[in-house]
Amino acid sequence: MFRLMYHYFRVGALNELQYRVNFLVQLLQSAIALGVGLAGLGVVFSHTTDLGGWTRPELLAVMGVHTLMLGLINAVIEPNMQRLMNDVQQGTLDYALTKPADAQVLVSVRELRLWSLLDVILGAIVLGVALAQLGGQLGLWQTLGFAVALLLGGLMIYSLWLMVTTVAFWVVRVDNILNLFEGLYAAGRWPVGIYPGWLRGLLTFLVPVAFAVTVPAEALTGRLTAATLGLAAAIAGGLLLLARLVWRIGLRRYAGASA
Amino acid sequence: MIDFYITMARTAVMEQFQYRTANYFYMIGMIAEPVIYLVVWSTVAAAQGGEVGGYTPGTFAAYYIVWTLVRNMNIVFTPYAWEWRIKDGTLSAELLRPIHPIHGDIAYFGGWKLVVIVLWLPLAALLSLLFRPTLSPTLLEIGVFAVAIWGAYLIRTAFLWALGMVSFWTTRVSALFELYFALELLLSGRLVPMSLLPPWAQRLADFLPFQWTFGFPIEALVGELPPAQLLGGLGMQLLWIAVGWALVQLVWRAGVRRYGAVGG
Repeated sequence: MFRLMYHYFRVGALNELQYRVNFLVQLLQSAIALGVGLAGLGVVFSHTTDLGGWTRPELLAVMGVHTLMLGLINAVIEPNMQRLMNDVQQGTLDYALTKPADAQVLVSVRELRLWSLLDVILGAIVLGVALAQLGGQLGLWQTLGFAVALLLGGLMIYSLWLMVTTVAFWVVRVDNILNLFEGLYAAGRWPVGIYPGWLRGLLTFLVPVAFAVTVPAEALTGRLTAATLGLAAAIAGGLLLLARLVWRIGLRRYAGASA
Repeated sequence: MIDFYITMARTAVMEQFQYRTANYFYMIGMIAEPVIYLVVWSTVAAAQGGEVGGYTPGTFAAYYIVWTLVRNMNIVFTPYAWEWRIKDGTLSAELLRPIHPIHGDIAYFGGWKLVVIVLWLPLAALLSLLFRPTLSPTLLEIGVFAVAIWGAYLIRTAFLWALGMVSFWTTRVSALFELYFALELLLSGRLVPMSLLPPWAQRLADFLPFQWTFGFPIEALVGELPPAQLLGGLGMQLLWIAVGWALVQLVWRAGVRRYGAVGG
């Protein structure tokens, strides 16, 4: 499975490397987005020194994680799900289904938008600056907790996207739902603790931005408890299984339609 | 000309009302953005003893709920679609008509706005229940607001037309557009009310059209502007409509000449 992923990603990367000017365009766009984010943070902290218990460098760390995760989503998850949606609509999914590998793995790794990984680098830089401002020592356990939390958050977001896209087997166009997701994901730029209860629930369990951004940031700022990490692992596992199930049911529906 | 506008707007109303579910999903997706700003600023206001820059959580709620309508009024023909409009020849057909193509856009999107305003009312009611806005507008404020949202619409139409027409010369425009939208986001009152920006940014914004398309209509209804400032604001909108219109004429003339040359 991992060899298959590696080869697909390598081909995707080689493909993107042909279009070098796109790198510059992406660099400009990422820089603009980052500038807007920093400006927003600047305006907020020109009026206060603390937001819901988070200081400025701590929120900078949240922004770094947010940018990093967004880069991963845009590079790997989003292009594959777009292609899956188009394939379902046009009936070209057959080409993936007839290959002798697991179809779910295959539809999840076919595309790679290499230049979006720039956001991962930018996010990491922002994170680095934030950590330097925070000044504290970063222990081995904190780093490990951060890496695990980030991985779990990424898996949750992948599962959610796969489930939403799988709904395309029934209703064909799900663009609007995906738009809604992108809007809600923007909420993750701020720690979910500041949102009112009903919205926090939405951001934690329906669109797991809380686990994808806030929890990894908590790991780095020394707020993460073992219980939270355990909960994240349980939810990530549950969502993965659920996504697998929904995918299998959806796939049966697809076969039924083309026969 | 008036006939043209009425027919075009009526077509838009009928067409868009058919797609009311799609329109609704789009509008709901748009709500995430102001809710985020509202929560962040309410938190700041609460931490600062209940008020920041003259806004309380209640007036912030009013600001960002009215924001959702003004945001919808700000939707015009997107500059990103100019490339397609030029490439697939839609523009050629419109050039054959005896009327400037911008009128078609203004009338169509204007008609669409009527549908959007109707769909917006229940959303505003729901948001008001959730966030408890403080709002007590006078009759004059309501009147100025009703005019100002259309002024905002015309200013933004003109400037985005001028920006979109850059596609006559080059198709590598996305970075330019995004820079424009980033400046607009920061300096229009969309991200934060103008009074919360640092003084130098407010001075910079005075030389740009952005605040007249976003911050001004909202503050006309939500803020406590004296009558002179309300009417002065409408005057500024007129000024920026004139500037935008002149810009459109200028770029259009040069652009169409260029377009003709490519078409041979």
